[in-house]
Amino acid sequence: MAGNFISRGFRGRRREDPTVAGRVPPGQYLTPDFPVLSAGPTPRTPLAQWDFTVRGAVQPSRRWTWDEFRALPSETVTVDIHCVTKWSKLDTVWEGVAIDTLLDGVETDGAYVTAFCDGGYTTNLPLADLRGGKAWVAFAYGGAPLAPEHGGPARLLVPHLYFWKSAKWVRGIEITPRDRPGFWESLGYHDYGDPWREQRYQGD
Amino acid sequence: MARTAIPGRLGWQLARLVGKHTETPRAVSLRLESEDWPGHLPGQHVDVRLTAEDGYQAQRSYSIASAPAAGSLDLTVEEISDGEVSPYLTEELRSGERLELRGPIGGYFTWTEADGGPLLLVGGGSGVAPLMSMLRYRTAIDSDVPTTLLYSSRSWDEIIYREELDRLSAGPALRVIHTLTRSHPDDWDGYTRRIDATMLEDAAGEPEPGRLAYVCGPTQLVENVANNLVRLGYPTGRVKTERFGPTGAGG
Repeated sequence: MAGNFISRGFRGRRREDPTVAGRVPPGQYLTPDFPVLSAGPTPRTPLAQWDFTVRGAVQPSRRWTWDEFRALPSETVTVDIHCVTKWSKLDTVWEGVAIDTLLDGVETDGAYVTAFCDGGYTTNLPLADLRGGKAWVAFAYGGAPLAPEHGGPARLLVPHLYFWKSAKWVRGIEITPRDRPGFWESLGYHDYGDPWREQRYQGD
Repeated sequence: MARTAIPGRLGWQLARLVGKHTETPRAVSLRLESEDWPGHLPGQHVDVRLTAEDGYQAQRSYSIASAPAAGSLDLTVEEISDGEVSPYLTEELRSGERLELRGPIGGYFTWTEADGGPLLLVGGGSGVAPLMSMLRYRTAIDSDVPTTLLYSSRSWDEIIYREELDRLSAGPALRVIHTLTRSHPDDWDGYTRRIDATMLEDAAGEPEPGRLAYVCGPTQLVENVANNLVRLGYPTGRVKTERFGPTGAGG
């Protein structure tokens, strides 16, 4: 309906820098900051009690303690991130363990994943979006241990989807035969969340 | 009135500005009307979209400050001096003109009477807007859920909704506590520091089953308040947070 509406007198800030043209999805703006968004208090789990589990429709299920997890091969990646609240941040540097590494040798018929977290947060993704070098469990940001308010000790990092899919304080993934909506996905947000197709809310 | 779930497709709608109210030197409330507006749950927000003549678009989210009502909503916008969207809303947009919005959005940071209480609302700066929606709703339905608002502002002049809060707190079971963090009038006898554990203990009162807290403001305030409320014994699931306010290139 409101497709051809013009806001009289609005010019807007131009995408003046050609090097970032094509890197900012529709409806997003760039920020140099790293805003914090979460629905409740920041959980604090001691590393001695932390583990990461791959469970559900998998044989065998797997579990790593913090030390075991940190002993896995890790990667440093530079990615652009896009939050559904409209900010995007370019060239963020993370270190983490690729989901491919965690799923190496795991057999499953399940096509979906629910990531679960301290504090009760969940988010759902197709398993295919976590494989093939597209997703990590990140434990460092900008060369330093990941701060609790940004999801430390470890968060999911799935930069090709809106950032609520990159679940903070992640403790594992459950592989499921069917897609099950997570926390925000049950509250009106889009099931998949592709920023380039502006899939912010249900029906987008 | 308010719907409990967002309908299938959250389309853009054109809303008309019917009134502008200067709240503080930096904050303006906009009253918008749209036949398509379904009402909202107190605490929800909208996305606003501006389109330039060449098709360039910018979007931002703003909390709804009014009590739920079909056809009408108030947004309180804090102007960010080098912002892209907020100066347009606070200065350029004239009464009678229209803008695109969609919503209501967000189904977690919401309160209705069925959610219970006692209710502790903690806000910083323009983060008070969604809390004001809860307070206005609470008044509109004559709720007697015991409620405290702890509200941090930089100065007396920057308290948004100051006179209305005075009026509302004369009603039943509502306490409003201000703290002024940068400057205060000579005869001010309230708090003059950032929100801390002592202040929260005062505001929270005796632990009661069912108590529920909503915290909205800048990141540091929200982190600090949420952590302290957990230390004071609030179950983590009963502390709901929303970060609010400008980012460097935002607004």
